[in-house]
Amino acid sequence: MIIRGNEPEQLRLLRKLYEPGNYFMQGNEAVAYGALFAGCRFYAGYPITPSSEIAETMARELPKLGGYYLQMEDEIGSIAAMVGASWTGFKVMTATAGPGFSLMQENLGYAVMTETPLVLVDVQRSGPSTGQATKGAQGDFFQARWGTHGDHPIVAVSPTSGQDAFWETIRAFNIAEKLRTPVVVLFDGVLAHTREQIKIPDVSEVEITYRKLPENEEEARLPFGDPHGDGVPPMPLFGHGYFTHVTGSTHKETGLRDVYTPEVHDRLVRRIHRKIEKNREVYEKYEEHFTEDAEILVVSWGVTARPALGAVLRAREEGIKVGLFVPKTVHPFPAERMRGLAKKARTILVAEMNLGQMIIEVERYVNDDVLLKGVNKIGGVPLTVEEILREIRGVA
Amino acid sequence: MAKKIYSTYPMVKYLRKEALPTALCPGCGGGTVLNAFANAIDGLKIDPKDLVVVSGIGCSAWIASPYFLADTLHTTHGRAIAFATGVKVGLPDKKVVVISGDGDLASIGGNHLLHAARRNIDITVILVNNFIYGMTGGQVAPTTPFGAKTTTSPYRNIEHPLQISETVAAAGASYVARWTTAHVYQLIGSIKKALQVKGFSLVEVISQCPVQFGRRNRMKEPAEMLRWFLKNSVPVSRARNMSPEELEGKFVIGEIVNRERPEFTTELNKLIDEVQEHFGLKGDGDV
Repeated sequence: MIIRGNEPEQLRLLRKLYEPGNYFMQGNEAVAYGALFAGCRFYAGYPITPSSEIAETMARELPKLGGYYLQMEDEIGSIAAMVGASWTGFKVMTATAGPGFSLMQENLGYAVMTETPLVLVDVQRSGPSTGQATKGAQGDFFQARWGTHGDHPIVAVSPTSGQDAFWETIRAFNIAEKLRTPVVVLFDGVLAHTREQIKIPDVSEVEITYRKLPENEEEARLPFGDPHGDGVPPMPLFGHGYFTHVTGSTHKETGLRDVYTPEVHDRLVRRIHRKIEKNREVYEKYEEHFTEDAEILVVSWGVTARPALGAVLRAREEGIKVGLFVPKTVHPFPAERMRGLAKKARTILVAEMNLGQMIIEVERYVNDDVLLKGVNKIGGVPLTVEEILREIRGVA
Repeated sequence: MAKKIYSTYPMVKYLRKEALPTALCPGCGGGTVLNAFANAIDGLKIDPKDLVVVSGIGCSAWIASPYFLADTLHTTHGRAIAFATGVKVGLPDKKVVVISGDGDLASIGGNHLLHAARRNIDITVILVNNFIYGMTGGQVAPTTPFGAKTTTSPYRNIEHPLQISETVAAAGASYVARWTTAHVYQLIGSIKKALQVKGFSLVEVISQCPVQFGRRNRMKEPAEMLRWFLKNSVPVSRARNMSPEELEGKFVIGEIVNRERPEFTTELNKLIDEVQEHFGLKGDGDV
């Protein structure tokens, strides 16, 4: 069993339900359709603004595809149910916003430790705490990275438009399945509620990945081993008679708990890190515009990357040598490319809807002789082209 | 010594031998619960391949995981039932059982317990109630009897214990029963029934913790605690005619509720069928 349900039947249903073509829809709906095309057939969630339309779309569409929508009693239960369902073979997703993301952190760590594929969409809104529930923000950059406790890797992707959200959600599923790990989609309240034209492709244009399953009994007996040398163990699903033991405590390759031997913990946690570090080609992705001759480099992500591109285009018209770098996978950060670009630039502007978070990551790859400056705005209203352009002119 | 016992114990076929001997303290009621559960599985001839056991954090969570030889999911504190909900939706034809303690399922996990009962999802929960947080060193729990002493109620407990079975019954479970570790055969009978009920079932087992609870409350011998259970147990039929004052400090045992209600995964799959039918998505229509 590679996928829950019959694959040709699923493709037939997707074709029948969602004719290829252009649709006018919200970013949140684009995330939901991306998940459906990626093969997600289990969604457990708890409503929270500005993510709720993802749940609503999944509740409406999943049954048509033979999939399951569960509204749990809270966010903690939601991610818990996802982990349970993932071990039965489902591709699973939930969507939430800041406060809900905070509640999910413990079980996000559980998913990292038990190497459970899942996709967690965080539609960022402003905080701290309840903040502005209906407004967008980009303040969860580090919550995604360091929200759960312990030494752990994380993969987080961040779409820059509604159309991008469709494809990035699919990519998030593919990364999760390939690396047997949770993947965070850092979306935001602005794009979530922006309605725009979104092209739904034919299912044949969508690349879909499935998790590796054990090839024989021996592999199934080592659910946390490394038989293929890529750090990613095949996943023996529940209900197949493997008698798999899964625990969030430090465990040996067999799954059995051993919290007393330092080497066991060291081996496990280092492998979980290694499988993310060594498989960069699976998830590393960024966009570049006019970077070849750029003296000024704008670095931006998510929603802010759009006005940033507008500002760069306008500045180019004025003859300013400015380029744009947009990491699409923000964790792990595209360090090597960033370092390369930073060598050529004399000024770097980091534009984001927070008081300076990704800039801390960028700073690690920038030499002292470069002027590094944040272009920041909070309050729920995104940065405008003019605001970013003004900053570019200021350093030109 | 330990090896010898395990080699002659008839239920050892259900245990993960590499995880033995168990980490449970001498005199712990956990062994009785494990034995009762294994006997119920054996009695019903359930193939352990058709079983997924989920547990949370604490001594009682260990009873089934890692010791029981089945697919086992050992989860975060309090969340076992929520994890089990995902497993059951994914594998509606398997028996999904949660075995965990009172601190885990009724305190931090109380919300999931209530909502799983409300949903009436076909999960069997064996809740081991030993009145205390055993693994963390004997702190007061929401089930600690009024007046009892613990490490964090060193003078006496001034809170009232949660009546778990009655609460879960009120929330909508299909089957609820309560026994003590002194009622082993009745306990096995109830676990068997719970496993066969289509809907949410809870078997609360009042269990002795001589190490953390007993010795701070003048019952340091396991047998003293079992005698205390027997002396204070009141069958549910008799309890109906007793006043709250008379029932203070008593353990009401027996079947609290046994009824049929629509089950969650059945309803969920029925709904999917209806939706697919409604939108003309069934069968091999146009491709």
